[in-house]
Amino acid sequence: MANYAHRLKMANDINTDYIISGRYKFKIQDEKELAKYIFEDLEPGFYKKIKPGDFLVSGENFGCGSSREQAPVALKASGIRAVIAKSYARIFYRNAFNIGLCLVECETRFIDDMDELELDLEASVVRNLTRGINIEIKPIPAIMEEFLKVGGVVEYFKAKKGLEI
Amino acid sequence: MRQTIVEKIFSEHSEKRAKAGDIVIAQVDFCLGQDGTSGLIIDSFRKMEVNAVAHRDKFCMVIDHSSPSPNIGVSNIHCKMRNFAREYGLKLYDIGCGVCHQVVPEEGFVTSGNLVIGADSHTCTYGALNAFASGVGSTDLAIALASGKNWFKVPETIKIICGGELPKGVYSKDVVLHLVGDIGADGATYKALEIEGDLIKGFSMDARFTICNMAVEMGAKCGIMRADKKTLAWLKKHNAAEPVTVEADEDARYSEIHEYDFTGLSPKVARPHTVDNVCDVEDVLGTRIDEVFIGTCTNGRFEDFEVASKILKGKKIASGMKLIITPASRAIYLEAAKKGLIDIFIDAGAIVNNPGCGPCVGTHQGVLADGENAFSTANRNFKGRMGNPNGNIYLGSPATAAATAIAGTIADPREYRRKL
Repeated sequence: MANYAHRLKMANDINTDYIISGRYKFKIQDEKELAKYIFEDLEPGFYKKIKPGDFLVSGENFGCGSSREQAPVALKASGIRAVIAKSYARIFYRNAFNIGLCLVECETRFIDDMDELELDLEASVVRNLTRGINIEIKPIPAIMEEFLKVGGVVEYFKAKKGLEI
Repeated sequence: MRQTIVEKIFSEHSEKRAKAGDIVIAQVDFCLGQDGTSGLIIDSFRKMEVNAVAHRDKFCMVIDHSSPSPNIGVSNIHCKMRNFAREYGLKLYDIGCGVCHQVVPEEGFVTSGNLVIGADSHTCTYGALNAFASGVGSTDLAIALASGKNWFKVPETIKIICGGELPKGVYSKDVVLHLVGDIGADGATYKALEIEGDLIKGFSMDARFTICNMAVEMGAKCGIMRADKKTLAWLKKHNAAEPVTVEADEDARYSEIHEYDFTGLSPKVARPHTVDNVCDVEDVLGTRIDEVFIGTCTNGRFEDFEVASKILKGKKIASGMKLIITPASRAIYLEAAKKGLIDIFIDAGAIVNNPGCGPCVGTHQGVLADGENAFSTANRNFKGRMGNPNGNIYLGSPATAAATAIAGTIADPREYRRKL
């Protein structure tokens, strides 16, 4: 099945309030329900465009602002396979891997909305099939890769019976 | 090898000589959650199946974000927090206690040299006490709750030297807004900020908290200051543990050094919808404002209210203006009441909310209408932050906020300099 890129109209500094507004994060505790409201203040109905396995593509400083973990949780529950952005804010970066959402860091100028994409973590590359180009991605830190493999830091902690790196 | 303040704190807490870029496992001296993040802390903690917290007295939860609860969903989260606290014998600060970032230092839980994490991005506030303090997500917090430690990447440090003398009517909030505007919303991502200089030395602890509070608005992992007599006196007053003050080595390695002279600084305003969209008050004078909010972990402290009260004394707020005042803690509320500040606010036409985050997070106590403009002393002005994506938020100091409440449009607090 083909998977596509989704871009917001706003290019950079997408904060966690925009990912999931404070109005919803306090009210809704069901992840799937929460996912319906992602980017509601920027582009209402954005959620409907996403099919499982699709990608969210953005520019710099993605996930800045508050520490709310509901932001990566809602993105993951929306069916997004990975976020692809030029750079990330640090709390969001940790939170995403901690809950098993993959973040990819690379040049995103060459990805348009609805381009068909393929992510190959082993080859460290995003393939833009629409444009016929490969984009090299920054290696994911070893510890984050470990978290992703098992589904998040909680599972990692349980498997290791504590915190080890 | 020469070390920065955070390299020393990480060395002390990981039992290895830490340098920027290292990944270390470090002991956590204190950690906390609030009602927006504690629900997920509890979920993650339970999923870990450890059945015991590592140190009962090194953790607390504060109900501040939606306090008292405005709806059923939030009421159930509050209830979940109370039950969890009871089950494990944990400290919980319920509705009315205040904002976590005022309550935690006031209770003496943080001292110089500490390593603190909080499931709230403005945990960086405690850097004013010469501690490493950083915001994390709920699951990271649960790891610390279960194990007493977490893993960290030791950050590089940017040194910021603040000099000069501020004119009357210009405050630490204006200084930090200038810094955010200059460095940018991602100018310090993954970095620690060491903030020092003669201007900082002259600031009160309240003013220093305001600056460290906004380190995260530049993407920083923490903002940390040196400890001096004022720091030590503040810690003593609040019965904090014996401070272990930490200074950087003289030739420590910094990724950048910025030096500022703030002499003649104008009051600063962050325009919608980003915190780094900063200008001088002169550039936005006359902008219509419908709601003024004075409070939050940035500017809800006693000194902030003292300044606002000097401007508001004997005045009335503009017709159609809503002025909302929210003390950051019960202690501040009581002091403001004792010293007659609350009377001044109510006389002027303000409403005074219970201690907590107030309308800052957009869940209650002052949600904006479509097309309304707010002037707030908070730290964020993102679209929708105060509950309505069709509202606009301007950020500034309590003095600018008070002057604006009287004028009904953004006003220059230096007009009141004789009263200040």
